[in-house]
Amino acid sequence: MTLAERTKEPLRRADPRLLVLVLVLWSFLLAFLETKDAALAGLLGSSLLYLLSGPKNVFWGLKNLLTINLFLVFVWLILPFSFSYPGSIVYRLGPLAVTREGLDLSILLSLKALAITLGAMAITGASSVFDLLAGARRLGAPEKLVALLLLMTRYTQVIGEQYHRLRQAMRVRGFNPKTNFHTLRSYANLAGLLLVRGIDRAERVQAAMLCRGYTGRFWIRTDFKFQPRDFLIIFLVLCLSCLVTVIDARLPS
Amino acid sequence: MPDFLLNLTDIVAGYPGRPPVLDGLSFALGPAELVGLVGPNGCGKTTLLGVIMGLIKPQSGVVRIFGEVRSEEKSFRPVRPQIGFVFQDANDQLFCPTVADDLAFGPLNLGASRKEADAVAQEVLKTLGLDGFGPRIAYDLSGGEKKLVALGTALALKPKLLILDEPTNFLDVEAVARLEAVLKKLNLPGVIVSHDLPFLDRMVTKRYRLTKGRLRPD
Repeated sequence: MTLAERTKEPLRRADPRLLVLVLVLWSFLLAFLETKDAALAGLLGSSLLYLLSGPKNVFWGLKNLLTINLFLVFVWLILPFSFSYPGSIVYRLGPLAVTREGLDLSILLSLKALAITLGAMAITGASSVFDLLAGARRLGAPEKLVALLLLMTRYTQVIGEQYHRLRQAMRVRGFNPKTNFHTLRSYANLAGLLLVRGIDRAERVQAAMLCRGYTGRFWIRTDFKFQPRDFLIIFLVLCLSCLVTVIDARLPS
Repeated sequence: MPDFLLNLTDIVAGYPGRPPVLDGLSFALGPAELVGLVGPNGCGKTTLLGVIMGLIKPQSGVVRIFGEVRSEEKSFRPVRPQIGFVFQDANDQLFCPTVADDLAFGPLNLGASRKEADAVAQEVLKTLGLDGFGPRIAYDLSGGEKKLVALGTALALKPKLLILDEPTNFLDVEAVARLEAVLKKLNLPGVIVSHDLPFLDRMVTKRYRLTKGRLRPD
């Protein structure tokens, strides 16, 4: 039984293969947008998908969205001051000047980044990573890549547990992070230890797989069913795609 | 002699730059024998298991499994699935998303169809007393359940013998009792490595101690 069969939300019951297609199509479409209005429409579309993907804690959702997009801070620190200088200057800050073109590009980039990540959050939140990867495999994604991502998902959890145990072991011995060399060294030891243990574990996992007759083939569930209600999702995504494309084409920036 | 499941003679094995961990070790496992293996940490128990499974190449000595000499990867490959090897840390063994996937992995490797593999998985879950655990996610299981499923992944291959590396580590009394009941029911020959002497006393007929690179009756 897949996660899709256990829940009742519209997007959640969808065929994982369809979700993978939606993820790819929607992300590429958004990435190629050239106008702010279309990007804003894309962001609204992603929000709609996000709401349809099941019950959400909006606070956590926003927090995740902003964490993923932290790199935008650097875009805003650099782009408005440097792009197409000396274009039309809207503001002077000592020796630096903010250009209209730089500002526009920063806004466009931010909207697109937010829209794409929110869309991806909607899709990945609507299914389990395992189902999505199985879906991707079924659509022809390389077996090695899918196997790599499957193992990564499984063992991120295990390494995470190990990390927390090590952190606790440090804390019970009175470790209190401060801005000094002792803290840096301790964190470096922690990171190094996780790496070494990760390599050891990888070797043991491979040995365990060999003991069970592993020959390089990875077995992934393929019993997906495309259902009539999946057409609704196709219809919705096509409508959204047409909408942003039309806006993008009619309003040249 | 042809009746031995495992037969190791004069094995020397170890790691580069250090004195050999196994130094002229010999060991034989009869067709209906379940033996215990004890010894201090770092004495080479895990190395010995690695040599048996062909995961570690000995510097010298002969490994015979089911009466035939096995020396390189190719000769080990067909026998590995017939030896149910259960790792110390179940997390090493359970790498698939769900319990059912993990149990089906072995049979699929051996050429079973998806349907046959799923049937084997169901059967194994029944043997373990874990009916209905198929769709469960591996990291959601308790330590005892994980250990049983890890044993299950070996059983799904219908092994001729079992090799268990520290099976009772980190398990509570109840989980050990469950494991014990399953193993008693299976009644398979094999080797159990453990520090848990009371557990070994209940399970095995013969006990070996690994010291100074060799096995001695304990």
